[in-house]
Amino acid sequence: MITIDSLTKKYGRTTVVDGVSLVARPGRVTGFLGPNGAGKSTTMRMVVGLTKPTSGSSTVAGRPFHDLPNPGRDIGVMLDASAQHAGRSGREILTIVQQMLGLPGRRVDEMLDLVSLNRAEADRRVGNYSLGMRQRLGIATALIGNPGILMLDEPANGLDPAGIRWMRDLLRDFADRGGTVLLSSHLLREVEVIADDIVMIGHGRVVCEGSKADLVRSVGTVARADDTATLRRALHAAGIDTTVSDEGGVTTTAEPAHVGHVAFAAGIALTELRTADGGLEDMFLELTADTQREDTHPKMLRRERAAA
Amino acid sequence: MTTTTSTTTHGTHGPVHERHVDAPTIPLGRVVRVELRKMFDTRSGFWLMASLVIVGVVATIGTILFAPDDQLTHNTFAAAIGFPMTIVLPIIAILAITGEWSQRTGLTTFTLVPNRRRVLLAKIVSSVVVGIAAMLVALVVGVAGNVVGTAVTGTDRVWDLSVAQFGTIVIGSLLCLLTGTMLGMVIRNSAGALVTYFVLTLVLPTVFGILAANQPDFVDIRPWVDAELARSFLFEGPPQGEQWAQVAVTAGLWLVLPALLGLRAVLRSEVK
Repeated sequence: MITIDSLTKKYGRTTVVDGVSLVARPGRVTGFLGPNGAGKSTTMRMVVGLTKPTSGSSTVAGRPFHDLPNPGRDIGVMLDASAQHAGRSGREILTIVQQMLGLPGRRVDEMLDLVSLNRAEADRRVGNYSLGMRQRLGIATALIGNPGILMLDEPANGLDPAGIRWMRDLLRDFADRGGTVLLSSHLLREVEVIADDIVMIGHGRVVCEGSKADLVRSVGTVARADDTATLRRALHAAGIDTTVSDEGGVTTTAEPAHVGHVAFAAGIALTELRTADGGLEDMFLELTADTQREDTHPKMLRRERAAA
Repeated sequence: MTTTTSTTTHGTHGPVHERHVDAPTIPLGRVVRVELRKMFDTRSGFWLMASLVIVGVVATIGTILFAPDDQLTHNTFAAAIGFPMTIVLPIIAILAITGEWSQRTGLTTFTLVPNRRRVLLAKIVSSVVVGIAAMLVALVVGVAGNVVGTAVTGTDRVWDLSVAQFGTIVIGSLLCLLTGTMLGMVIRNSAGALVTYFVLTLVLPTVFGILAANQPDFVDIRPWVDAELARSFLFEGPPQGEQWAQVAVTAGLWLVLPALLGLRAVLRSEVK
């Protein structure tokens, strides 16, 4: 478990992280989502003591990080896969960590196998690694101490689609076995696919948090039928308010299952039934619109998509 | 060391546990061993270490070839080998510290060992270990040089390096080395620390020299403020009473004081 309690970091007058609180629980993947520069990395650095918080506190496995006797055994951390000495081989970097943590030497080979770095690659200097290989090495470094908690900053950066799939399966499996995962990303899709809980951050503040299921549900459902008016009437009769979206679908706040049952009872054949398009994405863009660097308004974006 | 059953698994099977029940604190000895390893395990680190030995051998051969026969004594060899080492050793000490920032490995190092004092202590200990080992290599190479050199020239072997003298040379070299450590802590950037080191050891003494030549009053003050001059007493045979005091005062001024500021900076600085 990682518990963050109103962490704040100020540089002079600039507040980079503003009272961020969150809990990453065992058995769940917690996605820390926000645009670049939102304060995700600074928050993570504060948890492990690399950056001193202006105020607030955090614990890892119930203790302040600096009180952990051998932190690498409790929490696997990857903050920046590129922050390695370019002149060391991947194997050497893992060996340093293995020795520091007091682990048996075979853990190095086990981890290399786990992240699919072969012998030749492992003996190459990290300076010649692709970003994807560095990420794999970073994951190996995080997992070598067999920790119960993982904290990863943008772990999918630089991975190819197969690599992203591999990372996703690995983290899913880790959480399913009871592990705690806190991962950050500026890509909503990535978080949407893997996370159980989502904490959105913009401009240093938590703007939205909850389980993914709740967040998706709160967005609602889009349904379509050949006769839109009939569908709307049936839904209204069932006490469900509707609006017609730009693309012509019927949008409601009800759950897809409910909408489906109502349509079925009214004898209407649905041609489409799904959670509202963009779902979290719209919320993500809306919630972070004023804090994003690019001036993207979600409504405009939706129209552009419709036009295309 | 504890053996937890979970570490014997591949890391992909079985339940994940929140905490390892009796994980002991990382002992300092282990941190020192790892830091020593980190000094050798890159190409630049390896050649820096190798250069210590190479420099010793080259200096010895040079002494045999170019020194006047009557000066082929153990002391001459020791001085010829020791001087280049006082340049290489601080570089090793500087890079041991600054690499964590310049190469950004500190992100990993200070996450695995959050107590930065402990990491610094381990780095100082491992640098000193390397320094003393280098001095012993210099001693052995010097002995070999003296034996071979005098055999080649057919002159008498002169063993004029006393234990006390060797001891003060070691102290002087370690002061040089620790100056490197200090600069690493204060500046935390490889290039900046290296440049500053050469300013301190080459430019500053020159300035002091010019000052002493033009200001007769400064001549008496100089040994109390010029760390290079005071350190040279250590290399030119055991210093006399007042000279020890001058070594201590300059070391306090140019080494201990800035090192304390550097320590403060390292403990507070953000590792990015």
